[in-house]
Amino acid sequence: MDLFKSLIVILLSSVLVNNYVLARFLGICPFLGVSKKLDQASGMGIAVTAVMLLATAVTWPIQYWVLEPLNLGYLQTIVFILVIASLVQVVELLLKKFIPALHKGLGVYLPLITTNCAVLGVAINNVTDGYTFIQSMVSSLGVGLGFLLAMVLFSGLRSRIDETGIPKPFRGLAVTLIAASFISLAFMGFAGIVDALFA
Amino acid sequence: MLNNIIDFIMTGNQTVDILLSILLALDVCGIIAIVLDVVLGLVSHFFAVKEDETVKKIRQCLPGVNCGACGYKGCDDYAAAVAQGKAKPNLCVPGAEVTANELGAILGIEVEAPEDVVAYVHCNGHCEATTKKAVYDGISTCKAASMLYAGPDACRFGCVGLGDCAAACPSGAICLQDGIAHVDSSLCIGCGVCAATCPKHIISMVPQETAAIVACSNTDKGAQARTVCKNACIGCKKCEKVCPHGAVTVQNNLATVNYEKCTGCGACAKACPTGSIKCVQFPDIPEDVNPRDLVK
Repeated sequence: MDLFKSLIVILLSSVLVNNYVLARFLGICPFLGVSKKLDQASGMGIAVTAVMLLATAVTWPIQYWVLEPLNLGYLQTIVFILVIASLVQVVELLLKKFIPALHKGLGVYLPLITTNCAVLGVAINNVTDGYTFIQSMVSSLGVGLGFLLAMVLFSGLRSRIDETGIPKPFRGLAVTLIAASFISLAFMGFAGIVDALFA
Repeated sequence: MLNNIIDFIMTGNQTVDILLSILLALDVCGIIAIVLDVVLGLVSHFFAVKEDETVKKIRQCLPGVNCGACGYKGCDDYAAAVAQGKAKPNLCVPGAEVTANELGAILGIEVEAPEDVVAYVHCNGHCEATTKKAVYDGISTCKAASMLYAGPDACRFGCVGLGDCAAACPSGAICLQDGIAHVDSSLCIGCGVCAATCPKHIISMVPQETAAIVACSNTDKGAQARTVCKNACIGCKKCEKVCPHGAVTVQNNLATVNYEKCTGCGACAKACPTGSIKCVQFPDIPEDVNPRDLVK
């Protein structure tokens, strides 16, 4: 029961409280780049979630079964980047084969998942937080879902913004960044809520 | 200090230890990389997408400017559309006749040559004809300058002369002279990137055989236009009256030439009191030059 509870806490806190995009400001590039349309934004969110889960499933064993027994902890960043870059390539090939429309829509942002700091961030944070394998997977799922949530919310907001008369100097990136900061502020309201739920 | 380090390294087993740990790190990284390599290789082998050979061939014939003059998102998009038969093979403006013929050869059909167009800057407000109303000292692009009180020039319609178009031109056909942009038609591939870039919208694409053209974009009334620039069109309608073919009309205090009706007789240019209508001849890109090679 305790295990189950800890998993729920990890999931909720990584979706809402420690949302990687809106609270930790990781993975801003696709957040601003691909959030124009809802279908592309959700596609990107799902692709990133998949990459995060895969990355954790591979990096956790590498960390605990290869790097730590050999005292090679300092290779963590290099090895993780290597793994993530290859996984993104795999995901890209699979998308091109099975969902060509999404592959075309994501365009240059798909290879950019390679350098998406949120993916590397979740892999490294899972290790520094001392999670078990199951906890790590749940945490990655939560972070991915949090990313998806942020993308979907923000794409909705952006389509509303497009329909309104924004003063000329604010149009484009300026109003996008302002809107992003508002969402981020709103998410700060979740701080502490998860601990209180299970207190 | 250095000696200490060397001593430390050279003392007995530590040398071997350090070397071993370096080798170990190399091995681990290498093995992980090889494993990932094999996985990637397998995936790309089993899930490979067959790319259409025609698309590849067509894409190689296109100039790669991604200008969008064909109406598609870029050269890749256009190549796919041509291969599927959705687009005509003569829509590539920069590639002109050469590309159209090559695409026709690939598809095995006869192709009409696309219309030859060149860019023209509708402004003759060089530094002797017009003045500046302010000294602009900000970011050195036309876009930035024109956001501030419609630019530093006395004429709010004219060329800002900071060269956004020259920077955007993929074939280096635009130069800045006496404060305004000039297009060298023998280098212009007709992609229209400059026309889309110009914040004043004073560059337009005109047919290669254009004979008379209005070198002004000022739609203010005559007196006002004249005060800001000696070469401005004052909308006097003399050109409209003398044109024997009805090719010149004045709308909004600005003359426009209908290039289809114009025969190039030059009557309008002779009649124009400010010289804002000009007789022109646009030399084409030389026969022996492939427009594709002009793109940098």
